[in-house]
Amino acid sequence: MNASSITLEMCVIALGTILMLADFWMPAERKKFAAYAAIAALGGLLLISLSGDGICSVFGTSFNGEFVEDGLALFFKRIFIVAAILVLFMAAEFSDRIAAGISEYYSLIVFALAGMLFAASANDFAMLFVSIELITITFYVLVSFQRSRLGSLEAGVKYLILGALSSAFLVFGIALIWGTTGKLNFTDLAAVAAQFEANKLFLLGVLFVMVGLGFKIAAFPFQIWAPDVYQGAPAPTTAFLAIGSKAAGFVLLLRVLFTAVPSVTAHWADLLIVISGITILYGNLCAIPQRNIKRLLGYSSIAHAGYLLLGVAALSANGQAAVMYYLAGYLFTVLAAFTVICLVMRQADAEDISALAGLNQRSPLLAATMTLAMASLAGIPPLAGFFGKFLLLKSVVEAAQVTGNHGYYCLVFTALAGVVVSLYYYFGVIRAIYWSKETPDLSPIALSSPAKLTIWICIGGMFWIGLFPNTVLNLANEAAQTFSR
Amino acid sequence: MSILTYILGWPLLAALVLMLVPRNYRVIIRAIAVLATLIPAVLAVKMFCQFVPGANGYQFEQQIPWVESLGISYHVGVDGLNVGLILMGAIVAFAATLCSWEIQTREKEFYILLLVMSGGILGAFASLDLFFFYFLHELALVPTFIMIGVWGRGERKNYATFQITLYLSIGALIALIGLIALYLQSGANTFDIPKIIEHAKANPLAINAQNFIFPLLLFGFGILVSLWPFHSWAPLGYGAAPSPTAMLHAGVLKKFGLYGLIRIALPLMPQAAHGWMTFLAWLCLGNILYVGWVAMKQKDLNLLIGNSSVAHMGFIFLGIASLNLIGVTGAVLIMIAHGFLAALTFALSGYIYQKTGTLEVSKLGGLCRQLPFIGTALLMAAMAGCGLPGFANFVGEVTVFFGAWKVFPFVTGCALWGALLIGALYMLRAVRNILHGPLPEQWNSISDASNVWRKLPYALLLASLFVFGVWPRLLTEKITPDAQKIVAMANGSAAVSAAVVGVAPSTLLAGATPADARGTRVLPEISNPQSSTSN
Repeated sequence: MNASSITLEMCVIALGTILMLADFWMPAERKKFAAYAAIAALGGLLLISLSGDGICSVFGTSFNGEFVEDGLALFFKRIFIVAAILVLFMAAEFSDRIAAGISEYYSLIVFALAGMLFAASANDFAMLFVSIELITITFYVLVSFQRSRLGSLEAGVKYLILGALSSAFLVFGIALIWGTTGKLNFTDLAAVAAQFEANKLFLLGVLFVMVGLGFKIAAFPFQIWAPDVYQGAPAPTTAFLAIGSKAAGFVLLLRVLFTAVPSVTAHWADLLIVISGITILYGNLCAIPQRNIKRLLGYSSIAHAGYLLLGVAALSANGQAAVMYYLAGYLFTVLAAFTVICLVMRQADAEDISALAGLNQRSPLLAATMTLAMASLAGIPPLAGFFGKFLLLKSVVEAAQVTGNHGYYCLVFTALAGVVVSLYYYFGVIRAIYWSKETPDLSPIALSSPAKLTIWICIGGMFWIGLFPNTVLNLANEAAQTFSR
Repeated sequence: MSILTYILGWPLLAALVLMLVPRNYRVIIRAIAVLATLIPAVLAVKMFCQFVPGANGYQFEQQIPWVESLGISYHVGVDGLNVGLILMGAIVAFAATLCSWEIQTREKEFYILLLVMSGGILGAFASLDLFFFYFLHELALVPTFIMIGVWGRGERKNYATFQITLYLSIGALIALIGLIALYLQSGANTFDIPKIIEHAKANPLAINAQNFIFPLLLFGFGILVSLWPFHSWAPLGYGAAPSPTAMLHAGVLKKFGLYGLIRIALPLMPQAAHGWMTFLAWLCLGNILYVGWVAMKQKDLNLLIGNSSVAHMGFIFLGIASLNLIGVTGAVLIMIAHGFLAALTFALSGYIYQKTGTLEVSKLGGLCRQLPFIGTALLMAAMAGCGLPGFANFVGEVTVFFGAWKVFPFVTGCALWGALLIGALYMLRAVRNILHGPLPEQWNSISDASNVWRKLPYALLLASLFVFGVWPRLLTEKITPDAQKIVAMANGSAAVSAAVVGVAPSTLLAGATPADARGTRVLPEISNPQSSTSN
C-alpha cells in the first residue's frame, strides 16, 4: 500500500482545488452553495474512509515509513473532518462579512484540513514539518482574510511573525536531531534514541521541536499570540484554530514524545508538569479581566491547552486516552461557542461580552447553546467537559501514585485552582446572556436551517460525549494502544 | 426499574419538560414543578415504609453499566443510612417547591434549576457508585450558585455568591481528588461502592494511602458541610439565598459531605480515621461554641439561622468523631432532623422577609399577633432548634452525646454547654424580639399564610419533626444495623492492625467501647467484625 494509503488526503486536496477553480464559473450569489457542496463531499469522505471498515482502517505504514495509518491517526482524522465540516457551515453563515474571495476562504479551510490529516499520519520529521507548514501558512491567510479590518490584519501579522519564529525553532530542532542521530523517521529514531540520551545537542533538538509544537497548541511560554489572533481573526478561522490547529499540535506532540523519543520523554515528566501547571494558571488568570468574548476564549484555549497537557504529562496510556477524549468533547464545545459568536456578533467590532445581553430573548436556542458551551468548558456535569476533566485528573493522580512523583500532586491542585478560577469568567458570560441590567437591542435573530443544524450537532455532541462516554472512550483507548505496541 | 430511579428521575425529567413550556404559562410551570416533587415525596414515603430494617445488603437496587472500561455504573440502592436521608430530601424538595411562590421573576428558569437540584441531590444520596455519587452532587451544586446569584437578596448578594461558589467548588474538587485516589488505591478497579468495600475487607488500603486520602475527604467534605474554620460561606450564602434554595441546600445538599464521610471514608480508611478523629472532635467545638457565640451576636434573622445551622453541624461531626455505634447512629439522626429543621426555619424566615421586606431583628416585633400560624411555627422551630424533647433533634443530639461521652468527655461537656445554653439563648432571644413585644405600626397590615397550600410546607416539615421526635424507632431500627456495619469496619480493621501501626490504644479502646446499655448489647458483635459485617 503506497499511493492508495493517502487517498483520503488526495481527495481533500482535490476538493480544495476544485473549490478554488469553481470560483471562476460560479455566479456570486451561488457561492454559499460551494460551502454546502464541500460539506457534502467531506461528509461523504468521512463515511467512506473513516467509518468502521473504510480505507483508513487498513493499518500500516507507507512511503518508507513516513506515513502511518493507525488507531491514533484514525481518531484524529475523524476529529479534523468533523471540525472542518462544522467550520464550513460557520463560514457559509459568515460569508456576507467577507468582502471578496469567499470561495478561496472555503478552499483554504479545506487545504488546512489536508495539512491536519497529514499531520495525524506523520511518522517522520520531514512529514511533520511539511504538514505543520501547510496548516500554518493557510492559517496566515485565513486569519487576515478580512482585509478591510485593521484587527484582522494585525492578527495576521502577529501570527505570521510568531509562527515563522516557531517554524524556525522547529526546523533547527529537526536539524539537530538529524545531525546527531542521522534519523528522521520516528520509528527508526525510537530505536536509537536511548543511545543519545546524554547528548546535549540531541536533547536541545527535541526541546526545539517541542517549542515548535508548543506554539501550535498555545502552551506557556509560547502562548503570546493566542489572545490577539483569536480576537482579530474572523470567527470561523478562530474556531478552526481553536480546535483543528490545537488538535494537530497535540497529535504531533503525542507522536514525537511517545513514538519518536519515548526514552527522553520518560525523563521529562517534571518539565511537562511545570509547563502544564503554568499554562493552566496563566490562561485562567488572564481570562478574568477580559471583556472581548473572542479574546476571553483565546485565554480559555490556553487554559485548555494546559488541561490537555495534564494527560500528556501523566506519561501513561490512560493520560493519552484522556487527551483524545477531551479533544473530542472540546471540538463540539468550542465550535458551539464560536457558532453562536458568529451568528450573534455581526458587527466585528462589537464583540464585547455585553453584546450577548438579552440573547435569551433574541434567540433562546442560541442562548442555551452558549450556556451549555460555557458550562462544558467549565466542566459542569453532565456535559462533555466534566467527564473529560475527570479522566485527565484521574490520569494525573494515577501517575502520582505509580511514580511517587510529588510534582503530580502539585499539578493536580494547580489544575483544581484553575478550574475554580475558570468558573468565574464562564459564569460571567452566562450572566451576560440572561441577567444583564442594560436593555440592549432585542431584535430577534433569524437562524437559517444550516445554522440550526450546526447548533444541534454541537449540542448533541456535547451531551452525547458527556452522557454516553463509552464509544469515544473506547476509541481513545484503542488509539492510545498505538504507543504501547 | 427501582423506585429510587423514579424518585430521582421525576424531578430531572420535569426539568427537561419545563424547558419546552412557554414562560408565560406560569400556573402550568408551577403545577409541573409541584407535581414532580410531590411524586418523589410520596414514593419516598412508600419506600421508607417498605424498607426492611436490618436486611442483608442494599434494597431497591438497580444497576446499569455506564462506562465499562472504568467500572462506572449507574447503581442505586438504599440501606439504613440513606433511606431516611432520601425520605427527608424528597419531603424538603416538595416543601421547597411549594415555598417557591415567593419567586416572582424568571420563574421558569428558577423551577428548572430547583428541579435539577432536587433530582441531583436525591440521586447523590441514592447512588452506590462513587462516580455518580459525585456527579449528581455536582449537578445539584451548580444550580445553587446560579440561584443565589440571580434570585438572591440583600446588598451583599454578589459577594455571597462569589464566596459560596469559591468555597464549595474547592471543597467538591478536593473531595473529587480524594475519591479518584481512593478508586485507584483500592485496587478493585471499579467505582461501585459495595464492591470497593467488599474488596477492602480482604485487602485493606495501605496506611500511607489512607493517610493521604482521608484528609482530602475529611476537608473536602468538611468544606461542603461548613466545618469550622471553613464555614464562613454558609451564613452569608444562606442569608443571601432565596428561601427555597436555602431550604434545599442547608437541609439536604449539605448533608452530602457527612453522608460521604460515613459511607465512604470511615469504613475504607479506618486507621487514618482513628488518627484524625480527636482533631475532628476539637474542630466540632469550633462549630458548636464559636459559631454559636457568633450566632448570638447576629442582628439579622437569616444570619442567625445560618450560623445556628453551622453550629448544628458540629453535633453531627461529634457523632462521627466518636466512631461508635451510638455516635454514628445519632449523627445520622441529626442529619435527618436538621434537614427538616433547617428547611423549616429558612422557609419561615423567607415568609417573614416576603411580608416585611426586612429580617433585622430590631425592626421586627410582635409578629405573632399578625401571623399566628407562621409565628407559632417559628416558635416550635426555635424550640426544636434548642433541642426540646418531642422534636427529632432532641433524639439525635442526646444519642450523639451518649456516644461521644466516653470518647471525648471534655469536648462533649463543652458541646452540651453549647447545645443547652448558647442555642437556647439565641433562639429564645430571637423569638422574643420577633414574635412578642410591641408590634411596630408598619406591620399592621401584613397577613398570615392564608390557604392550605401556603400552610402545607410548614405543616409538613413540622409534622415530620414531630413524628421522628416522638417515634424515633422508625429511624433508629433502620439506621442501627447498617451503622453497626460501618462502625465495625471502622473499628475492626483498626483493632487488627493496631499492633502494627501503633494507634493510640486509649483512643481505640474508647472508640470501640459503647457508652450505654444499648451499646453493650452490640459489643460482642463489634469486637468481631467478621460476624457482624457478613450477616
